[in-house]
Amino acid sequence: MPGLITMDDLSNEEILSILDDAQRLLPVAEGTTYLPLLQGKILGNLFFEPSTRTRMSFETAMKRLGGDVVNLGDVKTSSVVKGETLYDTIQMVDGYTDIIAMRHPRQGAAQYAQDAARVPILNGGDGAGHHPTQTMLDLFTIQQAHGRLDGLKVVLAGDLRYGRTVHSLSHALTRFGCELILASPSLLKMPAEIVSDLNAHGGNVTETEDLLGSIESADVVYMTRIQKERFADEDEYAKVAGAYKLHASNLDGAKENMIIMHPLPRVDEIHPSVDQTRHARYFEQAFNGVVARMALLCRLLNVEVPADIGGDA
Amino acid sequence: MSQEHNMRRVTAIRNGTVIDHIPAGHAMRVLEMLGIDRSSSVPVSMVMNVPSKKMGTKDIIKVEDRELNQDELNRLALVAPDAHVAIIRAYSVAEKLTIELGDEIVNVVRCTFSNCITTNPREPLAHRLRILSMTPLELRCHYCGRPQDLDELVNNVI
Repeated sequence: MPGLITMDDLSNEEILSILDDAQRLLPVAEGTTYLPLLQGKILGNLFFEPSTRTRMSFETAMKRLGGDVVNLGDVKTSSVVKGETLYDTIQMVDGYTDIIAMRHPRQGAAQYAQDAARVPILNGGDGAGHHPTQTMLDLFTIQQAHGRLDGLKVVLAGDLRYGRTVHSLSHALTRFGCELILASPSLLKMPAEIVSDLNAHGGNVTETEDLLGSIESADVVYMTRIQKERFADEDEYAKVAGAYKLHASNLDGAKENMIIMHPLPRVDEIHPSVDQTRHARYFEQAFNGVVARMALLCRLLNVEVPADIGGDA
Repeated sequence: MSQEHNMRRVTAIRNGTVIDHIPAGHAMRVLEMLGIDRSSSVPVSMVMNVPSKKMGTKDIIKVEDRELNQDELNRLALVAPDAHVAIIRAYSVAEKLTIELGDEIVNVVRCTFSNCITTNPREPLAHRLRILSMTPLELRCHYCGRPQDLDELVNNVI
């Protein structure tokens, strides 16, 4: 396995095995156990567009495992601003590091980088394309809550057109036999080619504009942010975005163990009143980014995670 | 009207290439994709919208003193996937070629998606489109994964 560009790079067995590794690495991610599995290894963090959680959790994951990190830094002060091609940047960083985590505004950039590099590339988001490391932490969070991945009913809500997290996640959930409810305004529907791929893989997919009506039977509600700039005028945005906001009072009829997830940052699509409910999982989800990425770094660097790590996991 | 009659609409060529079974109306596009334009010095004959048993109507092109190779022919997959090519030497058919595509079309066209990484003309890696299906032709960019609109794609020939 050279790198992780889309979820197609992992079989279901590999996904489950990496999630097992992640579970065992929890005490290391929490800092209660020190396990320098990646000592002497260097991660290149290439973030060509802003990132808080993904960049920081990659960095934390590497450091918790005793490895080191070099950063591209601010794109505005790097050679990218001088017109350097992605190919050349990758050639350089490939020589400095053992593995690269990358986010780029252009779709396809991660695959392009993988074709140019000898070291593994971890796709941290490419335009509106894929975000498979986010999917791994999402799957970890779902498995933590429900004890399984198969046969769940999952509502993906908000901006399904441009939201790369839901593109990768929908593929993975379909492969585990989950039923998907795609709840979005018509302007921000899941791209037709993705729905067609999901159906071709035997997906049980329903598209709707009714988020609130979908909550009652859901096991997972995965919210995403609707961006104002996607709409021609502010009134239209206000009208549409209002239908994709969750308040604690919307959750009265929800299943006891239903969880609400969000890749963050949120703006106002999840009201703070939801934070105090048993359903909120988005902050745990953000923490899980560290442990899922630790497991991925080990897997891609061919470092085995010991069966018995100790700690409380 | 017979096939033979169609071929006689233009003079037989001594040496060169005959491209048959081009969908009606696409001959000009085929010439464009082969880079045959006003700067070319070789004689070119073309018939358009002639009857065809297999296709209803079709176009035919004859290029004198130039032999198309397999790579050039494969470029035509986008506009004339059923094209047949005959290489003519001394008024006789010396070779017959048909389009042979593997899993990918490499460095023939650029991805049509405006935000694909390959839209930067300075990026040096090959333009690669994966073939999902031949009939009908379905292509996706190797890098960004976007499905390609064939009508738009013919404008992106490299």
